[in-house]
Amino acid sequence: MAGDKGIYTKRDDGRKFDEIREMSAEVGIVDSADGSASFNTGHTKAIAVVRGPRTLHPQHMQNPRKGILRVSYGMMPFSVTDRIRPGPNRRSEEISKVTEWALNSVVDLSEYPNTVVDVFIQIPQADAGTRVAGINAAAIALAHAGIPMKEMVSAIGVGKIDKTLVVDLDKYEDSDFHDAEGSTDIPVAITSRTKNISLLQLDGKISVPEFKECVKNAKVACEEILKVQMQALKNIDGGNN
Amino acid sequence: MKNTRQIVIPGEEIVSGNEFLPGEGAYRDGEAVVAERFGIANISEKHVRVVPVSGAYYPRRGNTIIGTIVDITFNGWLIDFGGAQNAFLPVSEVPRYINRNELRDFLDFGETVIVKVWDVKSRGTDASMKMRGFGKIEGGLILNVGPNKVPRIIGKEGSMVKMIKGATGCSITVGQNGKVWIKGTIEGELATKKIIEFIVENATIAGLTEKVEKFITGLGMKIEEVEAIAEDTDVEEENTEGDKE
Amino acid sequence: MASEKVIPTLQKNRILEYLSEGKRFDSRTPEQYRDLKVEMGVSKNAESSVKISLGKTQVLVGVKLGLATPYPDSPAEGTFMVSAEMHPMASPNYEMGRPGINAIELSRVTDRGIRESGLIDVKKLCIREGEKVWQVFVDIVALNDDGNMFDAASIGALIALGNAKLPKYNEAEDKIEFELTDTPLPLDKDVLSFSMTFHKIGDKIVADVGLEEEAISDFRLTIAMGDNGGEPRITAMQKGKAGVITDSDMETILNLASDTWKEKFPQIKKYAFG
Repeated sequence: MAGDKGIYTKRDDGRKFDEIREMSAEVGIVDSADGSASFNTGHTKAIAVVRGPRTLHPQHMQNPRKGILRVSYGMMPFSVTDRIRPGPNRRSEEISKVTEWALNSVVDLSEYPNTVVDVFIQIPQADAGTRVAGINAAAIALAHAGIPMKEMVSAIGVGKIDKTLVVDLDKYEDSDFHDAEGSTDIPVAITSRTKNISLLQLDGKISVPEFKECVKNAKVACEEILKVQMQALKNIDGGNN
Repeated sequence: MKNTRQIVIPGEEIVSGNEFLPGEGAYRDGEAVVAERFGIANISEKHVRVVPVSGAYYPRRGNTIIGTIVDITFNGWLIDFGGAQNAFLPVSEVPRYINRNELRDFLDFGETVIVKVWDVKSRGTDASMKMRGFGKIEGGLILNVGPNKVPRIIGKEGSMVKMIKGATGCSITVGQNGKVWIKGTIEGELATKKIIEFIVENATIAGLTEKVEKFITGLGMKIEEVEAIAEDTDVEEENTEGDKE
Repeated sequence: MASEKVIPTLQKNRILEYLSEGKRFDSRTPEQYRDLKVEMGVSKNAESSVKISLGKTQVLVGVKLGLATPYPDSPAEGTFMVSAEMHPMASPNYEMGRPGINAIELSRVTDRGIRESGLIDVKKLCIREGEKVWQVFVDIVALNDDGNMFDAASIGALIALGNAKLPKYNEAEDKIEFELTDTPLPLDKDVLSFSMTFHKIGDKIVADVGLEEEAISDFRLTIAMGDNGGEPRITAMQKGKAGVITDSDMETILNLASDTWKEKFPQIKKYAFG
């Protein structure tokens, strides 16, 4: 996959370039919620909690045709080495919005007018790929909450380190690699049945053919992620919700 | 064709073939019938639907629900039953004539009622207590188990509830919104609560009835026949997903 | 389940009837705490982190260290700050947006319990007098509120602090290199104190309340107690809600707090300091 070599010939943790870090997922982690799940990829941990459908206040924000999906993403202050001040910031607001769009592509709230479904995503420990881990957790939590969805969503960070195409960037690859052609980070979410793109961002420098290859890689990776999401949901026997 | 009772996730193909009809929680995509929500796929007579196993309660016409009066309007009461919106009980849907100035005397804030879901509209749920077995309840306690474990607590033709009643001597009413009203002695109520919590935790285990029997004996109780108190306000079972253990 | 702020009258009455018989819905006695569960290592990027469960109440607490310029009135002392997030993730009753009064009170009460006991030796957090000191952050994040966040947060903060290690300070570049050393935070283990919260419900004093009990109580009293030669000594208090405390309430609470302290102190000390 590496094309004409480049300087990035080996990953620090010994992974193949198209290999996802070890994943795990759990359903029903917050007892008072309507749906909840965790999704971990390597050292990145995400928690998602769904509450609703419930009445949306203030009333003027209600939509009489369908329910509203509202996503709030945040990193816990101690999730990274440099403490983050608690509360929303520009980064978390933006990620909340693109995550909301990514999930809204599959969620159907037409049966629940005037209500809101809240999705809360929190990151207790971060090592790159927190927004995609958050989407993976949120899709499981929405399913767990019994929310109508045409299909699931799975997400992964793909990209390019120098000349090498990679899947599932860790923190070093995402933020600390600045040599040669540098790092290109592409978070992608793929819908599980129709295999369309529901989230896409890109940050770096990449050729059109390379980008196309990255999207292909993302689709392959998302098949693996979907298996983990599905397994977590099918294992809820004896769970509390 | 796949097993007729399998857990499916949204977007998963349940069965393929134009002869199958997608029902609740399912949709058609070409030849395939696909799950639209997480739950147990149920195929009977070519009719495919997905029964939720988790998530919030959605009221349906005919459901028996237990809720609390949270507001009083000029012509009725608003009931919080744990759904997305409160249910409305109009003054015309109570079993006797109420003067509009005396609504609070009949049902006051914080009081608990068992009502029937009369209608479900986009603006909200309408409730009624005109039929026998519905009305204000007093005494005992409310246990919240969530809507999805209700069929297991009721059991096949009410067998599970009967068994618990027999053991603890409590009257037990199960609302389809996942609220259970338990009334008896303190010891009886605590035992009932423990047994129901045991059922909730083990809801998906095969041979649940036997396990519950064992659990009851483990609490040092005997299971007795309870025809005597069968006159209690039992939940109507017409809308309950039958327990197919 | 959807938002439920109203506790049914029937439920309230029955809680009171149970208490008058010395019983509770979950089969506890009025003075009994729920099981405490402690899981370390929530975030490897924190100097210390822990998940605390009191029954179904769950909080995450993390300790982070930073560098700061000392306050002019205490140029040789490090600083210490507790923040709490009661995000609507944790309860249908929490509001969106800026930290509400509940989160502010929770963080301030936790802060006082630790600060006033003198647990953290702030003088030893000085790197260069008047120029550079360590800054200790304790962040509390509610995960699921099933009552008594105060005690869960307080216990979590102590255990997180007790297990925290200093990161490496690169003096030449004047920055932190996040690589934990073997040096623990400078703590005075002898003064460790933790909070216990009691509520008045009907005419009974109840420890470690669940959500419904919390909603119907008249007042709460949080007492932090530390060790004074084997005997409990009060280090901080906070009364909450509008009810008033009678002499006999106070007598009961102080006795219960002292007994609870004697029972729980060794366990909490062990979690904090090994």
